[in-house]
Amino acid sequence: MSLIKLENIKKSYPLGDGELEILKGISLEINQGEFVAIMGPSGSGKSTLMNILGCLDQPTSGKYFLNGKEIGKLNSDELATIRNQKIGFVFQGFNLLSRTSAIENVELPMIYAGIGEAERHKKAINALKAVGLEQRMDHQPNQLSGGQQQRVAIARALVTEAPIIFADEPTGNLDTKTSVEVMELFTRFNKELGRTIILVTHEEDIAMYADRIIKVIDGEIKSDKRKQK
Amino acid sequence: MIDIKTITRIALRAIKANKMRSSLTSLGIIIGVAAVIVMLAIGHGAQVSIQEDMKTMGSNLMIVRSGSSTSGGARGGRGSLPTMKAADGDAIQEKIAKIKLAAPVLEQVNQIIYGNANWATSTTGTDNRYFQIKDWSLDYGRNFSESDIKNAAKVTVLGQTVVTELFGDVDPFGKTVRIKGMPFTVIGVLQKRGENGMGMDQDDAVFIPITTAQKKIIGITFPDQVNMIMLQAVDGDATYTAQEDISQLLRQRHNLGINKENDFVIMNLTQMQEMMESSTQILTVLLGSIASISLLVGGIGIMNIMLVSVTERTREIGIRMAIGAKSWDIRWQFLMEAIVLSLIGGLVGIITGLIGVEIMKMFTTFTLIIAWPYVIIPFIFSGLVGILFGFYPAYKASLLNPINALRYE
Repeated sequence: MSLIKLENIKKSYPLGDGELEILKGISLEINQGEFVAIMGPSGSGKSTLMNILGCLDQPTSGKYFLNGKEIGKLNSDELATIRNQKIGFVFQGFNLLSRTSAIENVELPMIYAGIGEAERHKKAINALKAVGLEQRMDHQPNQLSGGQQQRVAIARALVTEAPIIFADEPTGNLDTKTSVEVMELFTRFNKELGRTIILVTHEEDIAMYADRIIKVIDGEIKSDKRKQK
Repeated sequence: MIDIKTITRIALRAIKANKMRSSLTSLGIIIGVAAVIVMLAIGHGAQVSIQEDMKTMGSNLMIVRSGSSTSGGARGGRGSLPTMKAADGDAIQEKIAKIKLAAPVLEQVNQIIYGNANWATSTTGTDNRYFQIKDWSLDYGRNFSESDIKNAAKVTVLGQTVVTELFGDVDPFGKTVRIKGMPFTVIGVLQKRGENGMGMDQDDAVFIPITTAQKKIIGITFPDQVNMIMLQAVDGDATYTAQEDISQLLRQRHNLGINKENDFVIMNLTQMQEMMESSTQILTVLLGSIASISLLVGGIGIMNIMLVSVTERTREIGIRMAIGAKSWDIRWQFLMEAIVLSLIGGLVGIITGLIGVEIMKMFTTFTLIIAWPYVIIPFIFSGLVGILFGFYPAYKASLLNPINALRYE
């Protein structure tokens, strides 16, 4: 059974009298442990696809199975629980809480999972060690560089042991050197920890880190290629 | 579901992050709680001081006075028709079980002379039951003996004000004062009583045996005449229920036919005391409610700021939702923030209010009394205000859509 299965997913928004169809029927399967890049120009619908995959949004029609469970019928609180337990997010703009230390940012998803304080703390330290930031635990986001902030965000996505990590343009705000560092972290977590990584990007060289590249144009899948091993 | 410790910590951090704004927001609650505390202290103080004044008048008190006379169409007013006798009082005390004591009172304002000092004061003819009813003991000396009453002895018991005015520092005991030219021996001095509930100085009086007043000092038109009889009922209820019995007894004693009106008036001072007490209670409630309005306004201030805060922190809400916060978690977080703000405001308000009460005590003549329930209630009220006015912004925050919230700049 595949981890993620989309069946003819459509998404449209009301626009004036009619509707604007962003996703025009997407079917797709992703297995546990894959490293997938979703590519496409802006306006192609890749961000909408990402939001639906990440359980932040729901499709207008079609079916989405995550771990065999259909997502389309869940209410917003049930979606929140899925996001908390199954998904880690890494965003282009880092999206860390300001005026909040790195370790507290990493602890945040565990707070909503109802994990006790001591365990939260221990796991957060381990996650920060994994991204090489154990020395900066008590720094707040504005005291960290962009690359460091993104590593905190990665630690936050990693810490709940969620099987899937969604990364939406994770290197968009970073220079080439730190982009490489960040992408190497993703590769490592994919290979060593078996995390499924779904990456949205428009940069070819970033997409090259993935094992499978899905191109989306005008709300449809244009190509789906696996790297030759 | 987040535990309360974590959520409180999150709330405290948000409050600390915006110190200036938080303190200005709490200011409304601080002023509200302080105002409620000061106002309730004023109201409660008035209540207690009136109760204490009332106590000095005697408890479960009733008075029977003569009725009014009519002469040539002109009605003489209360007490103008002399009908009451000291014996009426004795009969009431004896026959009506609900009445514990009945003291005769015959009084007149007279000039009292000692040496070359003189002072106009009320000369009250009565007996020892008067002091019992008023629960008024002697400072020193003795009160009237049986033979004083029987023989209409020229002895007197003085109130403190009279002692001060006539004797200054001299010990009045055994000295002779003149009332209407007649020499009276001072046999006792009463303890200081102060003003009664009506603002009259109770110590400005001299007391002589009722018989002496009737026979030697005050001109009376028929034997055994008194101005009034002071009664003490067994309890508060009896002051109401005994009235009918007293009325019947007196009508019978005064030989009043069925068609004749009462020639006496029964007054229930307990009723009056209760009225005054309830009016001070109303005062307390009134002052408290006016001050509570400022507390409500403070709550609206909190709601305003929380609404601004929710808008400002849309992105934070988006992040929290994206990583798994349920709508209840978000609602709880902002509600807790409003409650913590209100409770901090409430605590500071209590301190400010207590200081305010001390300052008012220093600079005004009001009696201010702090009763602890009147401190705790506004504090609890401030918490309720936090819940009430924190709920809407918190609810609004919980309705945000995570995608839009994350995109919010």
